[in-house]
Amino acid sequence: MAHSEQEVLAGLAEIVSEETGLPTDSVLPDKSFTDDLDIDSLSMMTIVTLAEEKFSVRIPDDEVKNLATVGDAVSFITSAQA
Amino acid sequence: MTRPTLTQATGPAHTRILGLGAARGELTVTNDELVGPIDSSDEWIRQRTGIVTRRRAGAGTDVLDLAEIAANDAIKNAGLTGADIDAVLLSTVTYFHQTPAGAAIIADRVGATPAAAWDISAACAGYCYGIGQADALVRAGTARNVLVIGAEKMSDFVDPTDRSISFLLGDGAGAVVVGASDTPGIGPTVWGSDGSQAQAIRQTHSWLDVRDGDAGWPTLRQEGPTVFKWAGFQMAPVAQQAMAAAGVEPEQIEAFIPHQANMRIIDQMIKQLKLPESVVVGRDIADTGNTSAASIPLATERLLREGQVDSGALALQIGFGAGLVYAAQVVVLP
Repeated sequence: MAHSEQEVLAGLAEIVSEETGLPTDSVLPDKSFTDDLDIDSLSMMTIVTLAEEKFSVRIPDDEVKNLATVGDAVSFITSAQA
Repeated sequence: MTRPTLTQATGPAHTRILGLGAARGELTVTNDELVGPIDSSDEWIRQRTGIVTRRRAGAGTDVLDLAEIAANDAIKNAGLTGADIDAVLLSTVTYFHQTPAGAAIIADRVGATPAAAWDISAACAGYCYGIGQADALVRAGTARNVLVIGAEKMSDFVDPTDRSISFLLGDGAGAVVVGASDTPGIGPTVWGSDGSQAQAIRQTHSWLDVRDGDAGWPTLRQEGPTVFKWAGFQMAPVAQQAMAAAGVEPEQIEAFIPHQANMRIIDQMIKQLKLPESVVVGRDIADTGNTSAASIPLATERLLREGQVDSGALALQIGFGAGLVYAAQVVVLP
């Protein structure tokens, strides 16, 4: 079943929080993974892999560099479910 | 005419690792010595890889020298001599001769001639590939004792300006002798490859490009995040298959000795495998670096030397790397 953008954001925030220790309410759509959340490329791949499992989507490695913000990732995952 | 029925070889039911040997490059190279050309820092390398220093060999030591030291050590520790060795398998990607195989030269140097000898090109999975082959050779009756060596002088394969992999790499060799055993000492090998990802870890260009003047000395590159994702998440099921094939549960494993690629990969694999905290983990990468085919036997040697695990302990080992290729098995430590 497809998840709404709000559900994807909430799920993604849990994954980011688990990986980084940041509170879930700091994982907002306008936050940059690198500049705001201090997530490096290896942690990003962990988040991507866990998001793929959670939302049953495929996020190609080449696409990851385009996911600059949390909002970018939410949009990609939401669209990829369709 | 009645055709005769051929005799086929048969061997002992069980095998084990009889002895282990190791050699590390004689130089200790700090992160600070490497950060200049890659505009990085000691802190960045430690945080990204867990590497504090790596061991590298000097100009006067080549990959076969490292292999020979480890091989002689392994034969001695097995209580054997070179004459007892029937086959020599050398896993390396840094012996820069297309032919002959380095294994034949090592066989001669350790007094094993006329042992069968060949090289394995399975990069960081090469040692576990070798253990799988040696186990099969002995149980099939094709060889009594097989010398398996993982040896690399990775510093011959680096570009100081490369930010993808060069700064991780170290030099060393690990060797074991596999022979007959009264009890099972090597579980089934679970192995495979995925050539669709051949570009994930690659040589910059071929020797033909060098010949044609289109390129300089080839060096190694990797797609770090891609390799992290593959190794960190897709290798855990392979390791679980190896445990299941050997008939052991995760809580029965005493040591986990993965290829020393990157401490972050090791940590991710432990998380995925849900290994109990009692399992001792090989973390030799911190001051030896990533020595490709040599890393698992070197990490094993360290755990045994430091008394972190005992001889006879059950260890889960898994190698993975360029190919992409992988292999895992549960072994009884010598």
